[in-house]
Amino acid sequence: MFLKEYLSDVAKGVSSLLKGMRKTGYYFTHPKEIITEQYPDNRATLLMSERFKGEVVMPHDANNEHACTGCTACELACPNGTIKVVTKFEVSPEGKKKKAIDALVYRLELCTMCNLCIVACPSDAIKMAPNFEHSVFDRTKLTKILNKPGSKIREGIE
Amino acid sequence: MYNQTEIIKDTSELGAEGELVINMGPQHPATHGVLHLVVTLNGETIKKIEPHLGYIHRSIEKMCESLTYRQFIYVTSRMDYLSSHINNLGCALLVEKGMQIEVPDRAKYIRVILSELTRIASHELWLGAMAMDLGAFTPFFYAFREREMITDIMEDTCGARLTMNYIVPGGLMYDIHPDFQKKVKAFITQFKSKVTEYEDLVTNNVIFQSRTKGVGILSAEDAISYGCTGPVARASGVSCDIRKIYPYEVYDKVEFDEVIETAGDSFARYIVRVKEMNQSIRIIEQLIDNIPEGDFVGKTKNVLKLPKGEFYTRVETARGEFGVYVVSEGGTTPHRIKFRSPGFSNLSALNHISVGSKIGDLMASMGTLDLVIPDIDR
Amino acid sequence: MFSLEGITTSVQDWLFMKFNPTMALAMECVIVILLSISLFAILGLVLVLMERKVAAHIQIRLGPNRVGPGGMFQTVADTLKLIMKEGLVPDMADKFLFNLAPFVVMMVGMLLLAPIAFAKNFQIWDINIGVLYISSVSSLSVIGILMAGWASNNKYSLLGAMRSGAQIVSYELSAGFAVLTIVVLTGSLQLSDIIKAQENGWWIFKGHIPALIAFVLYIIAVTAETNRAPFDLAEAESELTAGFHTEYSGMRFALFFLAEYINIFIVCAIGATLFFGGWMPLHIGHWESFNHIMDYIPSSVWFMGKTFFLIFLIMWFRWTFPRLRVDQLLNLEWKYLLPISLFNLLLVAIIAILGWHF
Repeated sequence: MFLKEYLSDVAKGVSSLLKGMRKTGYYFTHPKEIITEQYPDNRATLLMSERFKGEVVMPHDANNEHACTGCTACELACPNGTIKVVTKFEVSPEGKKKKAIDALVYRLELCTMCNLCIVACPSDAIKMAPNFEHSVFDRTKLTKILNKPGSKIREGIE
Repeated sequence: MYNQTEIIKDTSELGAEGELVINMGPQHPATHGVLHLVVTLNGETIKKIEPHLGYIHRSIEKMCESLTYRQFIYVTSRMDYLSSHINNLGCALLVEKGMQIEVPDRAKYIRVILSELTRIASHELWLGAMAMDLGAFTPFFYAFREREMITDIMEDTCGARLTMNYIVPGGLMYDIHPDFQKKVKAFITQFKSKVTEYEDLVTNNVIFQSRTKGVGILSAEDAISYGCTGPVARASGVSCDIRKIYPYEVYDKVEFDEVIETAGDSFARYIVRVKEMNQSIRIIEQLIDNIPEGDFVGKTKNVLKLPKGEFYTRVETARGEFGVYVVSEGGTTPHRIKFRSPGFSNLSALNHISVGSKIGDLMASMGTLDLVIPDIDR
Repeated sequence: MFSLEGITTSVQDWLFMKFNPTMALAMECVIVILLSISLFAILGLVLVLMERKVAAHIQIRLGPNRVGPGGMFQTVADTLKLIMKEGLVPDMADKFLFNLAPFVVMMVGMLLLAPIAFAKNFQIWDINIGVLYISSVSSLSVIGILMAGWASNNKYSLLGAMRSGAQIVSYELSAGFAVLTIVVLTGSLQLSDIIKAQENGWWIFKGHIPALIAFVLYIIAVTAETNRAPFDLAEAESELTAGFHTEYSGMRFALFFLAEYINIFIVCAIGATLFFGGWMPLHIGHWESFNHIMDYIPSSVWFMGKTFFLIFLIMWFRWTFPRLRVDQLLNLEWKYLLPISLFNLLLVAIIAILGWHF
């Protein structure tokens, strides 16, 4: 009858609300469930995943040598013209003229972190580094030259 | 004594007597993204809704005409950014179909696992955002806690959290992280223990039910005629899951149910998505332990060229059917590419389901349509 | 032990000793005015911070924790920001009413401070129709809201104010009936009588079933009266109209904002007084030893503890439930709350006559 339906409606409604309140009450009384990472304070212990695509870098070894031959495969693979390879002609000790890399101009403000350049490189010269703090006050600082000054290609890489 | 009579200055936009035209502007806390709705009201009743689109149009389809078949995949991540793996999968499937590339089994299994994880992440965000529209601010944070586990898995394996460019024609860009299986299993355990939370807080809540039941009813014929796909159509009784009808990858080898409700109102759309999350968990559970060993990418030529002709592939994203249509002249770049976005067709049904109801119902209907505006505007 | 009434009696004696009676009375009035204004200011600061911290912990996050230890000075920073904002008056708005509305709402809050007993013998005005005074003065806040909506020269504000006005006027009925339940059990409208009657136990325990039902109805009704979620359609951000305070900015908005939190404090204080005994410690029947131990805790601590527990309850409601639509809100009142409260009144009358309560 009507009264029974009315009362059962009220009872069902109230019990559903109370169940919801119990859930939120549980979270209020258990502060251990908080998963917030307080970012600038925990930089010492922050673990970034090693595959995180932060920016493109060219690793140099102890003798300031890299593996880039200047083949411009990365420039062709990049979808929006972020990388520009500037080559020069180097004279080897035997007197042969060989193409070598002068500067690998990388514009961080255009990069979409799509990883196509890294996959396209035949000599594994570039890789993605996981640092993400790129803010600068001056936009020209975001245009980086990836090979360090005075560095040359390692022996044995064609 | 007080000059309070005429408040609406621009009377040319006024229709009949007592009508009011208001803008739910591009900047609004409830429209998910930049959606501009011009709503014609009569008192509190809605008479007409006109969506004005284009605020985030980036001419993606035109841009793709100058990108090669390896390069154009990354832009689709930015269209429907909540189902980025599934969009990438659609493009990769098209190139593989066109060039007859063999994809190894390992890549297929991993692609399906990533797609289902993306679907769960997208539905979690949708649940939080819809509850927030209706005024319950807490389920948003609980949903994001689960989504955070998924994005952590993506970060470890693919390197990015939102726009992962990991699926390439032929397979995957590189192999999965060694911890992948362990983390996915941990996520499944956590998700199963937290499913009751959403039920307690949202599904069984009497206030939520009374705000979504009977609101925004879409019949099955209307769903088909407007072209709605995905959970919107499945809640009206239309069976349209691409994973069942045109199975791709390994979907024909796994067991899962297609979730169909018949009520067609906002509550049915809500239930369909929640149940879909459970079905995705079921799929992942069947696949995660049986990933075959082998290559993660098939053999492809260096330069990909599709033969001359037209190609179309479809995949099931979290929002519906995502289609990629390419007209190729035999070169390295597509001659014309068109993306069939699910959100566009779902949005076209908004006017039909809201006419005659109140403004408060508009929030519930729009929330359950699950619109992502960059997907609509491309 | 520490008690506030000792301080007040000693101040009063000193004043009457030093000055002639009229002057002493005037000085007492000034002291009371200063104390109530400072109470408002401190309460505003504390309650806004409490809301943000409670919300954060329910949502598994931390809340304000940068400004001051534990985020204590966050509200001070917010108030400074609001003071420095430009206070716009819309173009064709009614200037007098526009400026007056926040003050009307604040004034109602201050008037309601008078009969509340903060501690033993620490009441500003123990009027013999205390409960009636509270009910009638709290109805005046509707005038402030309607003034704000009308004077803003904005159709959306007017809609929001009308809706809010309808909501407040409807829920006053249920709140009034819930309060009447306690009055029937006590037999007097005077607040000090009600508190004294709870000397052997709080009404929520003594007046078992009807008092419990009345308490639940009272909490729901005052959540709706103060425009708090889940009944905050009038001021919700994701609905179309931002309610009656759309056009207010700067200091006037700060006053509305403050007035809302003060209202919550006042209705919780009244609820604590009526149902939980106000400043009366927890006494069980005539267990003298237990009561004596409970008496050691000062009465002001009891009062504040109970009030803040009720405030926490109202905040808990806000962060758990979604919002009700306006027709569902009024539906809830007229079809559910009002019949139940009428039935409850009948029940408590029968119980009071037959003496079936403790």
